[in-house]
Amino acid sequence: MKRPSRFTLGGRTYSPAASLALTAPFLLILLLAFLLPILVLLRESLFVPVPTLANYARIFEQPAYLRILLRTLRIAAEVTASALLLGYPLAWLMANRRGWRLALLLAAVLLPLWTSVLVRTYAWLVLLQRDGVINQVLSGLRLTNKPIGLLYTEGTVVMAMTHVLLPFMILPLYASLRAIPAEYGRAAQVLGASDAAAFREIILPLSLPGAASGCLMVFLLSLGFFVTPALVGGPQQKMLATLVQQQVTELLNWPFAGAIVGTLLAVVLVLVAIFNRLVRLDRFVGQS
Amino acid sequence: MRRRRPIGGLLVAAFAYAVAVFLLLPSLLVIPMSFGPDRFLRFPPTGFSLRWYAAYFTSSDWIEPTLFSLEVGLLTAVVATTAGTMVALALVRGRVPGRAAIELLVMGPVIVPTIAMAIALFLVFDRLHLVGTLFAFVLAHSALAMPFVVFTVLAALYRFDANLELAALSCGASRLAAFRHVTLPAIAPGVFSAAMFAFIISFDEPVISFFISDLDRKSLPRKMFEDIDYNVSPTLAAVATMLSALTALALIIGFLARRSTTARGPSA
Repeated sequence: MKRPSRFTLGGRTYSPAASLALTAPFLLILLLAFLLPILVLLRESLFVPVPTLANYARIFEQPAYLRILLRTLRIAAEVTASALLLGYPLAWLMANRRGWRLALLLAAVLLPLWTSVLVRTYAWLVLLQRDGVINQVLSGLRLTNKPIGLLYTEGTVVMAMTHVLLPFMILPLYASLRAIPAEYGRAAQVLGASDAAAFREIILPLSLPGAASGCLMVFLLSLGFFVTPALVGGPQQKMLATLVQQQVTELLNWPFAGAIVGTLLAVVLVLVAIFNRLVRLDRFVGQS
Repeated sequence: MRRRRPIGGLLVAAFAYAVAVFLLLPSLLVIPMSFGPDRFLRFPPTGFSLRWYAAYFTSSDWIEPTLFSLEVGLLTAVVATTAGTMVALALVRGRVPGRAAIELLVMGPVIVPTIAMAIALFLVFDRLHLVGTLFAFVLAHSALAMPFVVFTVLAALYRFDANLELAALSCGASRLAAFRHVTLPAIAPGVFSAAMFAFIISFDEPVISFFISDLDRKSLPRKMFEDIDYNVSPTLAAVATMLSALTALALIIGFLARRSTTARGPSA
């Protein structure tokens, strides 16, 4: 986070004691509702009833669980790729529009972002179920004579998740594309580059940090996504979050649930650490 | 001289507009269907009726979770905004011991998957017999919403000209008076939109709510989840429509509030 010096009020900052007092409620809430619960859960997975790694080994040894882990990673990758493909052109358009067109496009991105995930998932169910909108339209047009099963396929899960997570891809992309001065593109064209070449050589490389944070965000959110896969997918599309939920609500197997959460956290932290490295390296290269 | 627009650019723009429609269309389709008279959702609806809205407003199964979620949302907005604004002030104006750790902690609930937080909270609240309590919901949702409050208030503080606060201090105002009479009024729109976002985050939050609800006390998202899972009833279409309308309204208010901060800022 950048912190311009003028905010320190000419050196007249709050004393450490006052600063600490200001952070106290925040620390208390995060301690009680974030850090401690996660530590208790991880302790459950490692030390209950005796210190063991068996719960973690079980995820990787049992084919059924390993399959869910790999499927989760695959679906997250598919969702990230689709969101990038769909989101990049829209972000580019937003960066190149002003006035009411931009406002309209921004609304198209922000409105879904702030609409309940449940509302959006429900909308997909209404569209895709056996007597849903798509089947009604198809049979109304006499294209099909019996309803086709559109739900409970991996494609549907990926599409619905992409729809729900797309704003998280578009916003960082839009921010990085808008930050590119328009002169850069014009300069390239004056020097004889075609539109495509100007885009490929100038715009695309400069938008990569935005693309990277969008991809990271969407991938992380997909990994732990609960609502949409649970409702739009069937047993064949079960992902990690649904597996944890079943371990907890149906089997009360806290140690194993803790191990799944621990694995998920490990993947997330490694990805964030790699990302931090890459983006910092990128800045470093950009400055030299 | 105006260059002819290349065909490639037009194609990309057309594709992008299609994506925008794809983003909006599913939720928009539900709106006309919620006004249909049929027992099952039909498209296009065969007539106009408010029966599913009536079904929602006359059912305590729906109204009770709604009121509970409102209560949780309002309290979360108060708690998260107060605590989040305080920590944002400390980060901008203070000498905080362990600043890096606090900045990392702010990012925590954003990076950690909500399902992980939800399971962990469920375990702890279950052991402490706090499942289904107002306290548990407000605490959990405050932790979830605080990062967004901190980001929003930090942005408002960065836009604010600190010299105004310095001037107040030089004129003999105490720290508290300078904050109350100079800084707070200037960042108030930012704080207000942070509170709004905290409310929406809590009110719409489905994952933690799914786990820490019990049979007697559940949030609206938990009730919606059950309803979607067991019977996709048209009542839900009415609820979805009302929620979309509320979200749009909140966004417009939040947008206007934030615009008034930028408009008042010295550089804008």
